[in-house]
Amino acid sequence: MNWDRMLSKQVVDLPRSGIREFFDLVTGSKDIISLGVGEPDFVTPWNIREAAIFSLEKGHTTYTSNYGLLSLRRAIASYVEGFFHVAYDPACEILPTVGVSEAIDLALRCLLSPGDEVLYHEPCYVSYAPSVKLAYGVATPVETSIDDLFALNPAKLEAAITPKTKVLMLNFPTNPTGSIAPRETLEKIAQICVKHDLFVLTDEIYSELRYDGEPHTSIASLPGMKERTLLLHGFSKAFAMTGFRLGYACGPRELIDQMVKIHSYTMICPTITAQEAAIEALQNGTNAMHEMRDSYHMRRDYIVKRFNEMGMDCHLPGGAFYTFPSVKRFGISSKDFALRLLKEAKVAAVPGTAFGACGEGYLRCCYATAFSLLEEACDKMARFCDSLKG
Amino acid sequence: MLETDARLSDEQIAARLGVEPADVAATRAKLEAEGRIVGYQAILNDDKEGVSALIEVRCTPERGGGFNRLAKRIARFDEVRSCFLISGGFDLLILVEANSLLEVARFVSEKLSSMEGVLSTATHFRLKTYKQNGLLFDEEETDERISVAP
Repeated sequence: MNWDRMLSKQVVDLPRSGIREFFDLVTGSKDIISLGVGEPDFVTPWNIREAAIFSLEKGHTTYTSNYGLLSLRRAIASYVEGFFHVAYDPACEILPTVGVSEAIDLALRCLLSPGDEVLYHEPCYVSYAPSVKLAYGVATPVETSIDDLFALNPAKLEAAITPKTKVLMLNFPTNPTGSIAPRETLEKIAQICVKHDLFVLTDEIYSELRYDGEPHTSIASLPGMKERTLLLHGFSKAFAMTGFRLGYACGPRELIDQMVKIHSYTMICPTITAQEAAIEALQNGTNAMHEMRDSYHMRRDYIVKRFNEMGMDCHLPGGAFYTFPSVKRFGISSKDFALRLLKEAKVAAVPGTAFGACGEGYLRCCYATAFSLLEEACDKMARFCDSLKG
Repeated sequence: MLETDARLSDEQIAARLGVEPADVAATRAKLEAEGRIVGYQAILNDDKEGVSALIEVRCTPERGGGFNRLAKRIARFDEVRSCFLISGGFDLLILVEANSLLEVARFVSEKLSSMEGVLSTATHFRLKTYKQNGLLFDEEETDERISVAP
């Protein structure tokens, strides 16, 4: 077989995720404490699992509408209005998808024509740029830095806009930095989007996991933004439901209609089991979610304090469950630091460069790990840092 | 925190909470003095060793003292691990632990039933423990997450 001829050049030219190489290394190692996992360490709360089991017991094993269950969309509409302060019509402005990842893919394919530019802030989740490229768009990163606590700087954003820029992707709180965008920053970004007629995809999957005491602000809730924003959210992080693979998109009917077209050909619908479990999550999952959030909060404060004590400069991230400590003072690259940390201290953390070139000098450390393991990992990392200093 | 792991030291708790160990020690001492923290025990899965039974006890309340005097008398027996005054069709619910069925039977017939004020008892032997003190038994709590994920 001539694979050069057979395989899509578009896909072959797509680089592998920087995280993949590290995953292979960690998988081959023994007795590792991993701070590299990007998902909650909680099992899905029992009442939600029980709802899934009940759904199966009732024999609910069919397709649903391509739009998903109306009862789920109504529950989402109610939850989104209460939490994000934006009202969406469950009949035509909400689409349940197989995770936020599917929603991003659908939206980009619906919005982009070949050559259209998409701006996104780096360091960022690993799928954004590849998703843009797979939709034949041009992905242009806007670097964020510790100077802005890794929030998107409006001036840098505006400087990156060209006549071909069509879409801005946002993700606050951010994977991998845990950063949040203050309301004032979002207001400036919103004004820029209106001025330059940009459409916004805002991935707010971590929005419930905030520890700064401030209410979460979605850019979709700001004046003039609902009509030009697709709000992406889901159940994976706040409700510890990663394996259910359920997200949703809320936005203008014109875009949702087009997304449903692709969704109906490629995915049909998320599993009905996940959809019915999600209704239980939205209606009766808040207490469990708050308990998980409070647990992450305590672990965040602990790990940030330990990192700073051991000489890794680490800002206090406002949300998600990631820290992004600097390893610059040790004089080696992020990748070398992570490799040596894995080999010498048996602790896995992901080099910042896996999330964009400007992640150089940083590590992503996830604190969604049992407290006793976090303590052990910190002890090992402190000894490792001492050995580098010595 | 202590409810889920009573072995945590004041230093560990202080580090997790970001406070001083002395503050944790003071809080712990206060809770102990107030009787909120009554003790620190291991939770044993002893289904395969020994015998335990939940016993419903109906008894006659006393003028002025209600069930207290009798309940305290019952609770002092070494065999009695827990003793609760409850609402409903009987008055006291006690958990008894012993080495054999015979020991439990002896306790009920010779000590409990014969006490003045005890009207009747109903003994339910434990067959298997599924959950105790908030902990699920026989659960495999393995972390099935992949070790590095985006």
